[in-house]
Amino acid sequence: MAVARGQTQRRKSSTHESFLRHGGFLFAKLSVALCVACIAAYFLQDAHPRPSGGTAVGYVLGILGAVLIVWLALLGVRKRAVSDGHYSLKAWVSAHVYLGLSLIVIATLHTGFQFGWNVHTLAYGLMLLVIASGALGVWAYATLPKTLSDNRGETTRKQMLAQIHALDEQIHEAAQPLQRAEADIVRLSLEETDIGGGFWRRLLGNYGDCANAHALASLGPALRVATGKEAEALRKASDLMQRKADALSLARRQMHITALLEAWLFVHVPATFALLAALSVHIVSVFLYW
Amino acid sequence: MSELFRIAIVGSGPSGLSAAAHAAAKGVSHVLLEKTDHLSDTIFRYQKGKHVMATPAQLVLRSDCDFAAGKREAVLAQWNEDAANAGVNVRYNAEAKAITGAKGDFSIATAKGEVIRAETVVLAIGTQGNPNLMRCDGAALPHVQYQLDDPAEYIDEHIFVFGGGDAGIENALGLAADQAQGNVVTLVNRSADFARAKDANVKALTSARDAGRITILSETTPGAIEKGWVTVETPQGTARHKCDRIIARMGSAPPRKFIEAAGVAFTSEAVSAFPALSPTFESTTPGIYVIGALAGYPLIKHCMNQGHDVVEYISGSTDLKPADEPILEAKLAGLPGKLSVSEWLEFLRGRVEILHGLSPLQMREFLLDSDVRAFRAGEVIFERNGVGSSLFGIAQGSVLVEVDPKNPSITVPIPAGSIFGEVGLISGRRRGATIRAGENTIVVEIPRTAALKLMAQVAEARETVNRITTERQILQIFKSGLTPADLAEVLPEAQTLEIKAGQAIMTEGDEGDDLFIIRSGSMIVEKMVGGKNVFLSYVPAGSYSGEMALLDGGRRTATVKAAIRSQVVRLPADPFRRLLAKKPELLKRMRDEVAARRKVNAFVEDQKDSFGGVVDMYSSVASFLIDQGIGEATDVLLIDETLCVGCDNCEKACADSHEGLSRLNREAGKTYAKIHVPTSCRHCEHPYCMTDCPPNAIQRGPDGEVFISDACIGCGNCQRNCPYDVIQMDKPPPEKPSLLAWMLFGMGPGPGEPDKAWREKQPKGAVERGKVAIKCDMCIGKAGGPACVRACPTGAAIRVSPEEFLSVALLDRG
Repeated sequence: MAVARGQTQRRKSSTHESFLRHGGFLFAKLSVALCVACIAAYFLQDAHPRPSGGTAVGYVLGILGAVLIVWLALLGVRKRAVSDGHYSLKAWVSAHVYLGLSLIVIATLHTGFQFGWNVHTLAYGLMLLVIASGALGVWAYATLPKTLSDNRGETTRKQMLAQIHALDEQIHEAAQPLQRAEADIVRLSLEETDIGGGFWRRLLGNYGDCANAHALASLGPALRVATGKEAEALRKASDLMQRKADALSLARRQMHITALLEAWLFVHVPATFALLAALSVHIVSVFLYW
Repeated sequence: MSELFRIAIVGSGPSGLSAAAHAAAKGVSHVLLEKTDHLSDTIFRYQKGKHVMATPAQLVLRSDCDFAAGKREAVLAQWNEDAANAGVNVRYNAEAKAITGAKGDFSIATAKGEVIRAETVVLAIGTQGNPNLMRCDGAALPHVQYQLDDPAEYIDEHIFVFGGGDAGIENALGLAADQAQGNVVTLVNRSADFARAKDANVKALTSARDAGRITILSETTPGAIEKGWVTVETPQGTARHKCDRIIARMGSAPPRKFIEAAGVAFTSEAVSAFPALSPTFESTTPGIYVIGALAGYPLIKHCMNQGHDVVEYISGSTDLKPADEPILEAKLAGLPGKLSVSEWLEFLRGRVEILHGLSPLQMREFLLDSDVRAFRAGEVIFERNGVGSSLFGIAQGSVLVEVDPKNPSITVPIPAGSIFGEVGLISGRRRGATIRAGENTIVVEIPRTAALKLMAQVAEARETVNRITTERQILQIFKSGLTPADLAEVLPEAQTLEIKAGQAIMTEGDEGDDLFIIRSGSMIVEKMVGGKNVFLSYVPAGSYSGEMALLDGGRRTATVKAAIRSQVVRLPADPFRRLLAKKPELLKRMRDEVAARRKVNAFVEDQKDSFGGVVDMYSSVASFLIDQGIGEATDVLLIDETLCVGCDNCEKACADSHEGLSRLNREAGKTYAKIHVPTSCRHCEHPYCMTDCPPNAIQRGPDGEVFISDACIGCGNCQRNCPYDVIQMDKPPPEKPSLLAWMLFGMGPGPGEPDKAWREKQPKGAVERGKVAIKCDMCIGKAGGPACVRACPTGAAIRVSPEEFLSVALLDRG
């Protein structure tokens, strides 16, 4: 089909590939090649008295590792600096994942398998922590989006909260004819319900002490004995609170999954800064005190 | 023998009344014949209290009757007073039935049997007495009316007003004005915009719609009328609505029989044609003059001036200049050749094909809106990718189109009489090629709104533009070195068809070997595989379909139906086959295409047993996307929800590359089978937002981006017109501290759209900017392309054009 469009050289469309498959696993292949080369160099060298960070190969591996660590850390800047030029954050992430994994090989070979209770091994340990948390992130990114999408359907975060607020207003309205004691229970749902809560609560999805759930349970006995108009008002309030419970559970599930998607970053990012600090100390110390 | 008047004026509307008043003032013997028992029946029958407008504003009023914008009652009272003061000789209840005789002694027979004699006759009867009728089923039902006297008469009715001109808009507004009447009013307009209506009316209409008082159905035509119901054809398909009353205000045509009987010829056979007139308003019968709406001038001010002028001409004045003469003189000054204004008008009208159908009077008004420009040989008229949506007509000389951007010496000429720039007019795209003057050239440049008005008013102009566009589109689609001469045999038999959404242009298994070219809209191709309809591909505007049967014979191998309302050109098979026989290059090109399509068909056949589920899935996803308006998109943002981690980096990147405001709402929008269509511009083939932009600020970029320029005045029309809710009105926030300042020192709100609280805390700049319309511009001009896609860390955000995405070739990926 002859279609005239796209008159400039500007890149417009994009391939439909995940960050893991980017460029036909380009960075995975690159990083395997890098590892193979490093392993080969390690075993082919003739190191005296034994392989370590101080040999020629050790130096090269060390420089390579340090450069990689700094570059990998720059992803945080790249993500936030929106420039006009040609770049793909997805490609950066893909490289970040595979080259980051290759550090396990590169840095381990750099150590020459010499470990001790010192700042050098601390840097190595921090690096492994960063990589491990990153691996957790890869797992989360690869598996959770589907759950996130399934949970929300076509409802947005804003709509979820708006829905809860709308229900609150209706509950308030419905509670007007109630007796003092029951009204106080309903007020519990209106005033004490914590939609999300702190990070740990979101992460664990633990809402056992939800005020709305308590209030709903407490209305039970009153509902059984009430008659006439009072019963009607109670039933209306409790129906609305049941709907609120459903809306809350949807919103909380959403926040729970989002928290899972973010949790690893709370280790990954601080550990990265610690790693950069330990790495600096390691580099300075090996040159000063060696 | 009755008295012989110097002038008999038929019709006492603005033009006739003005003529009579001037004749009376000059002391010329005259008689004014009026069909009814009051002056100016058309204005008299306007809705009660209607505001009568005085446009065009720049025109000077030259009449013995006074006129200023105001209520209908005030205008009529003023004229009655002016007529009485001037001593106008009026004869009421005198409807002219026939005009006989010749210059010096005409006889006008009236309906009552009187005969009035006059040396000259001025026809000022307008066209309102002869409205255009509805032509659909049920048009003769009693609740279909062509006139609305008092909108207050109708209560609690569902009323449909047909017609997007001033009359239709004013009727609709009148019916909806008082909410207590409880009318549900819908205005149906055949085109997408209201090019024929006055600006103030269009504004009042859109604000009434925004207030929820009127529903507007654009690009809609009547389907059928029944008692209590009406069926209409909208771009989205057929719809049936409750309807108690129909008011049809679809314009009016001259009462041709009566006028032709007096020996007056018309400019053409077209229904909308007007009598052929000299510059002094004299018709082809000497002594009979035609002025006002019947001369093609519907505006009151023009009419009144003509009434004054025609009496001057009849009295022997030869050097009278029309009231707009100084404006046109200034416009035409500085052009080569020492032509007078009327010589210029005749020169342009006679030479530019699309202007042929205009009367000299329409030509004057047309030129008030347009520009005449002269170019020396080799001078560039416009550049490729330049902004501009005006249409050009070549009056003298010729122009050269640089078809190859890499080699400016390869050009295609366009001769005198033809037009160029029509692509911008129709789709709003930027200039597709540089055009320069091939020799010393004179062109008339017609602004987009004036060109749309011209096409709405003059059927011939519309047909000419359509014919030239079709020809050029076909040449562009087939390339292969075809020239207009090659198409000479094919084109006359080509048929332009309007296809409703969902209607098929060919059905699998049917006979037929014609070729179809999709001019606007888009098609989807489906095939029955294993008892199920499988979506094969998407065919956008500017492509063709049906070449398999054309080349190889046999039945249609797939069904092709419209995704949205479309326009197609049907090229009959036989002349096209003869063309192919002459052009082996074209034949090869089409053969290659057919081979590719056969492969796709075979692929789908293969899949039917092993991957039935996958094919099903693909078909349903494709239908979902078509439902989401992807059928009219040129480029759309999709989010693969199996990859989206909800980081909103796309929104942040969008805000940071567009003055701090995101034009995209990732979460909002529909989702199907984990494909999410976020609320973001689809850059429609025929953008709704562009249909009514007063400053013409919405344009198309070189890659098809629909963007809003700085000319935006913040009127909000585009936001209301967009069916996909992707335009918002906002003002840019204050500038944020740099990214590093935020990362290192925590200054400012960080990446993305700053929150309200931060925005309000910032000191207000010296100049507070107002709200303007903002929407996705596909990061126009940025080398890296759209920021949303570049900034997606997982590859969930993708930008696709539908023909790339809706292709069965993607199936093998699973």
